[in-house]
Amino acid sequence: MTIDDFIKNTGQWLKGTGEHSNIVMSSRVRLARNLAKRPFPNKARKKDLEEILSTVHETVNEIEHFKDSIFLKISELDNIDKQFLIERHLMSHEHAANPDGKALVVSPEEVLSVMINEEDHLRIQVMQSGFNLDETWRIADSVDDALSSKLDFAYSIQWGYLTACPTNTGTAMRGSVMLHLPALVTTKQINKVLAAISKLNFASRGFYGEGTQASGNFYQISNQVSMGHSEQEVIQNINGLIRQVIEQEEQARQALLLQNKPMLEDKIFRSCGLLRNAHIISSQETVELLSMVRLGVDLGIIKDVDRKTINELFIMIQPAHLQKIEGKKLTATERDTKRAALIRQKIDGG
Amino acid sequence: MLCDICGKKKATVHLTEIVDEQMSEMHLCEECAREKSVQMEQQFGLADLLAGLSDFGKQVKNVPKVNIKCSNCGLNYDDFRKFGRLGCSLCYESFKAHLASLLKKIHGSDRHVGKTPVKIPHAERMKMDDLQELKNQLQHAIQVEDFELAARLRDQIRELEKKEEQ
Repeated sequence: MTIDDFIKNTGQWLKGTGEHSNIVMSSRVRLARNLAKRPFPNKARKKDLEEILSTVHETVNEIEHFKDSIFLKISELDNIDKQFLIERHLMSHEHAANPDGKALVVSPEEVLSVMINEEDHLRIQVMQSGFNLDETWRIADSVDDALSSKLDFAYSIQWGYLTACPTNTGTAMRGSVMLHLPALVTTKQINKVLAAISKLNFASRGFYGEGTQASGNFYQISNQVSMGHSEQEVIQNINGLIRQVIEQEEQARQALLLQNKPMLEDKIFRSCGLLRNAHIISSQETVELLSMVRLGVDLGIIKDVDRKTINELFIMIQPAHLQKIEGKKLTATERDTKRAALIRQKIDGG
Repeated sequence: MLCDICGKKKATVHLTEIVDEQMSEMHLCEECAREKSVQMEQQFGLADLLAGLSDFGKQVKNVPKVNIKCSNCGLNYDDFRKFGRLGCSLCYESFKAHLASLLKKIHGSDRHVGKTPVKIPHAERMKMDDLQELKNQLQHAIQVEDFELAARLRDQIRELEKKEEQ
């Protein structure tokens, strides 16, 4: 498998299936791990990084979970490929910025990936479609066990897994759930919900990663604290919180339908109409319209488009994806045209 | 929509601030947003935040220099305070006293609860097994209300934990 094969498919987590997939896009667990005594990437020399990289690479090759995975050295990728992997939620901007001694391993269907030598020696990520944090954790746990039976991880009995940044020390785990909350945004209740979430020590971020304003009404909610509670406890706490947010969103959707169904339908059908007919469209406009169409699909108002197609479009309409599909560099204007064409092709009303 | 600060250019950056649970929105042009983000970094940079936490209640500027170096990677504690990143796993040993209070402030706890690696050094595992065994016995002693035994076990646990921390 090569990086170009990715474009033919999208990750398993975009399937649009699983529990509450009308509101929950995906569940994710990330574990940070380091090799004992070796300098963390920020302090490591190029030679150290290369050694750590080859140790981890060898180990990964011996583990069943990584069968048929692709191994990519970041320094061997061009800018579009790097951006492409960031857009796919497989690696961070930080990982792409200083490529020396860094690598990325991705399993088939993109369920499991590992950034090697990002902020920590290993950043293990598992993603699943829908509200499925328990299964996501189970996979991450077993991958971690397999790795830690071969590698000496930095660990202390008192403080748990030792990480470069003390905000991750302990379980070094972040569990997160990506939610689509258009009704809470439309009814202007979202700020109240987000304020409550931050008060409960959970973080919320946008669809397109750390430090981004939520876009397309997507919010990613994750735990902030990683010491003093076991992984299972943290997962249960996130689950409890997410269930409440889902309920709020469901209620807001019903309220919108009850109060002014014609207006809601008008907004949804107009969004769909624009996407089906536009010939030049920016990514920002696309994301807003797609969010409305997704709501229309969830409420049964739009019947001839499926959720998977919409989910995939959120990823495919990004700049590097369009350029990978086209197989060449595109200017911003060319991308807007290509984007509109791709959308028309994918959600053609027929 | 025009920028809230300069009122001239188109607002392309939308910022949500939460201060004391009050949410406010700002719409800024790219230039003003960049300026604002520099200001915010100065106020809320992670390194400063961490440094502020570890010296909670003191003026950050007047923090006395801490002259400790990690014996393994050579990182200075002062550099950690500046950049917010540790240099290797042994930094946790070298800066133990300072980190204990910092971790407690970040996480509300300075005790790991959760999984352990499959492979950890034999000596460490022995220590842990002893400790766990004593803790189990303590639980049992409390259940059967043998408080004399419980007190003895408690002291042994404390002793072991103290050794571990040294």
